[in-house]
Amino acid sequence: MNYPPLNAPSARRTLNMATRILMALQLDGPLLVGLGLVAAFGLVVLYSASGQNMDMIMRTLLRMALGGAAMVALAQIRPNTLRTVAPWLYSLGIVLLLVVDATGYIGKGAQRWLDLGFIRFQPSEIMKLAVPLLCAWYLQDRPLPLGPGSLAVVAAVILLPVGLTAAQPDLGTALLIMVGGALVVLMAGIPLWVLLLLTTTAGAAGWFGWSMLHDYQRQRVFTFLDPQNDPLGAGYHIIQSQIAIGSGGVFGKGWMNGSQSQLEYLPERHTDFIFAVIGEEFGLVGMLVLVLLYLFVVGRALYLATQMQDTFARLLGASLALTFFVYVFINMGMVCGLLPVVGVPLPLVSYGGTSMVTLLAGFGILMSLYSHRKLVGS
Amino acid sequence: MAQPVNVKNLLREQRSYQQRILFATALVLAAALVLGGRLFLLQVVRHSYYLELSQGNRARLEPIPANRGLILDRNGRVLAENQAAYQLELIREQVPDLQQTLRGLAALQLIPEDEVTDIARLVRSRRGFEGVPIRLRMSEEEIARFAVHRHQFPGVDIRTRLTRFYPHGELAVHALGYVAAIGEADLGRIDRADYAGTTLIGKLGVESAHEKELHGTNGFREVLVNAQGRSVQKQGGLAPDLRSRAPRAGTDLVLSIDLAAQQAAEQMLAGRRGAIVAIDPANGDVLVLASRPGFDPGLFGRGLTRAEYRNLETNIDRPLFNRALRGTYPPGSTVKPVIALAGLRYGATTPEASRFCAGEYYLPGRSNPFREGRSGRHGAVSLEAAIAKSCDVYFYALANQLGVDNIAEFLEPFGYGRTTGIDIAGEQTGILPSRAWKKQRFKRKQDQVWFPGETVNFGIGQGYMTVTPLQQAHMVATIASRGRSFKPRLVTGLRNAETGQSTEIAPQAMADVEGIPAADWQHIFNGMMGTMEYGTGFGVNRGAAYSIAGKTGTAQVFSVGANEKYVEKDVAERLRDHSWFIAFAPVEAPRIAVAVLVENGGFGASAAGPIARKVMDAYLLPQMPAPKPAPAPAP
Repeated sequence: MNYPPLNAPSARRTLNMATRILMALQLDGPLLVGLGLVAAFGLVVLYSASGQNMDMIMRTLLRMALGGAAMVALAQIRPNTLRTVAPWLYSLGIVLLLVVDATGYIGKGAQRWLDLGFIRFQPSEIMKLAVPLLCAWYLQDRPLPLGPGSLAVVAAVILLPVGLTAAQPDLGTALLIMVGGALVVLMAGIPLWVLLLLTTTAGAAGWFGWSMLHDYQRQRVFTFLDPQNDPLGAGYHIIQSQIAIGSGGVFGKGWMNGSQSQLEYLPERHTDFIFAVIGEEFGLVGMLVLVLLYLFVVGRALYLATQMQDTFARLLGASLALTFFVYVFINMGMVCGLLPVVGVPLPLVSYGGTSMVTLLAGFGILMSLYSHRKLVGS
Repeated sequence: MAQPVNVKNLLREQRSYQQRILFATALVLAAALVLGGRLFLLQVVRHSYYLELSQGNRARLEPIPANRGLILDRNGRVLAENQAAYQLELIREQVPDLQQTLRGLAALQLIPEDEVTDIARLVRSRRGFEGVPIRLRMSEEEIARFAVHRHQFPGVDIRTRLTRFYPHGELAVHALGYVAAIGEADLGRIDRADYAGTTLIGKLGVESAHEKELHGTNGFREVLVNAQGRSVQKQGGLAPDLRSRAPRAGTDLVLSIDLAAQQAAEQMLAGRRGAIVAIDPANGDVLVLASRPGFDPGLFGRGLTRAEYRNLETNIDRPLFNRALRGTYPPGSTVKPVIALAGLRYGATTPEASRFCAGEYYLPGRSNPFREGRSGRHGAVSLEAAIAKSCDVYFYALANQLGVDNIAEFLEPFGYGRTTGIDIAGEQTGILPSRAWKKQRFKRKQDQVWFPGETVNFGIGQGYMTVTPLQQAHMVATIASRGRSFKPRLVTGLRNAETGQSTEIAPQAMADVEGIPAADWQHIFNGMMGTMEYGTGFGVNRGAAYSIAGKTGTAQVFSVGANEKYVEKDVAERLRDHSWFIAFAPVEAPRIAVAVLVENGGFGASAAGPIARKVMDAYLLPQMPAPKPAPAPAP
């Protein structure tokens, strides 16, 4: 050990200080660093994608601060409290969703927000956390793998908010809520025959769901299958986004120099399609860096999940970690043409919405679960 | 008892949980790999394809129209040029209230009140940031009027652009043609890519026939555009690299038209209906091509209102009608010199043989007379005198001797019954009658028979035969050059607008009229000179500084034109005979051959003769070596 004598003590002291603060705040250092890097990258890209709009940057910073606060706050809450709160939070979410659906029905149009006067927020965002919470809470003292009865209960718990959200209609968020709940169930483990049954019923449900879809939603599916079919209509998003990514090449056209994004050919460039801006301006290198950053975050979160000692924490932790990745994958897949276009933002990078707060709150829960884990040595 | 079960469960649970996490991690990595593969495909494998697409997205080609070539007369005087015109343009997105703005402009009489709705529709059909011309060619007075009120019309401004300008107005409009907005019909004959940015295209005349040379090659520049099509300066941070190509101006055309002679011709025809064509017998150059009434070609360039076009279309005088090329009239006596030549050629007569004119001619065995025209009885007339005095009886008999088929065969090389091939479009063929022609022309058997009486009328240019003024001028030119024939042409040279370098176009010879001895030509010349000296054209050559050979003609009007309305006071005038006069000069070395037709002008010498003289004066006098003071002004 031959550290340079000048910096060694002070550096170690700083590190110790940081560790101690993190410990005191129940936070996980590596995860925090990973999230911070993703968010910082996101800000750089957003500055370009928004057309050098400082206003958007400031608002995003505000949301990050809000999300950070939520994360720190949730990290302080003991898992036991979470268990207690889970049913109430879920019920509140259901009520709010019903309110939104009702006003949407009355107002005859898509309705996703609840206007509380000082803030507008999407109740479906609450459900992204409440569903895995309730599932984990319900499953924590059931015998695993699950029996048919428990399965039916969790299925109901998951599908009720999913249905309400899809009715808004907000297919993207509904899908994400389902993923959050399903991951809890999958991590809890289900018998093979149930899995088979589920896949077959999913097929049937898919057929049924297709008949229930709105025209614009069906159009999206058609368009995904053959974007050239409707190059100026619904296929426009996918075509322009692939042009943006493809024309970026290995090293990209340079920051703030992407013609597709700067000249507004790329729709939703600062929200759902911001990943294409990264591809155009920073190229393959930039995209892979971001993918690796996300993988680091997911990996760290999964590692934390493996350290949990009780079923509730394990199921919730793993679900939160994997849901995060699913978000990332759905968005990236959609932007580069692997998946149909559903309105799913790129976590921590896309502008707007309440998802930033929800995501960071989720990581707050994860950190709380980790730092409050019972150290069962035996 | 419960405790051990629980412990065992917990351990097993933990193990299977770890396995699931591992499995999930593997799935995550696999998904990331798929994503990476997709990105590799897009950004490395298909990179160039997408790069090209993004290039196509961001750059829009903005055409730079080439300057249209000038049109010059034979002495380099400008007949058509390009001038900056001021137009009113409106940018919709900068206009607070379109209707109110347009109504305001209409109140200032800058746009027509009744076209406000049409203009509003036009403006709305274009993109909001585009400047839409709502008024072309403003006068200085209008510009001033707008300038005073400009502050009331945000989004409306005056812009300059190049437009076609004809400095002499209506002059030679039927030869020059005009330019107008590109219409549906034009799209077939142009390469639309070449015409991107061009708004006007040649219609009729030289403007149309030489559209290709006049148009030039449009240039372009690439303009950076965003997704709405709005042009922008910068692409995010950097200024982009964009291509451009300068336009190549159209070729200038040098015409054979002589401005002074053309002006004289049109002045003389002012207020009448008629046509004048003058040709240089040495090469077929068309010196004058006039058809009256005419119209202002500038009207079309600025866009004609519906009412204006209707006026032109329905005008009883048919100003749009090119009489010089499309008007077909019986040649009357102007065909006699050629009939006389035919008589000599086929041996039906000799120059010396004289016939007796008692004012009437009877076909052998018939009792209905063919009467002499206006000049009564001529007594004994020779060939030359018959031409000079335009003796009908002489030519009735000669025609009857020749027979219709010989006449038709002999007339054909002079350009009758077919187009002369002049280098602008629209020419009519007229009719050169013959037995074969009649058989083809009529359906019923009894109509197809050629009657001897028709041959008799043929001899004095009446009956079925019709000619255009251009054909008559071509015929005179062929006589003047003793049978040499050139394709009439308006364009004699091309001038590169950028270098000023000219290339001349060689005159195009046509089949000569062969086998006529010089002496025979001289007899015809003598007859035509006689016309001026003692014949029907007496007085036309008074005070001329050069010798003139001419022939008068009077064509009977058979019917009122199909398009004309019956108006009593007009009809009386419109049933009068058409007046012809053909001439060439100087006789020793002809430099100009003229055909003049005045519709309903009456006797040839009185209406058409002085006009032909004026045209020849205007062309020849400036070329005379030492201008002598004219003994007396022309009548």
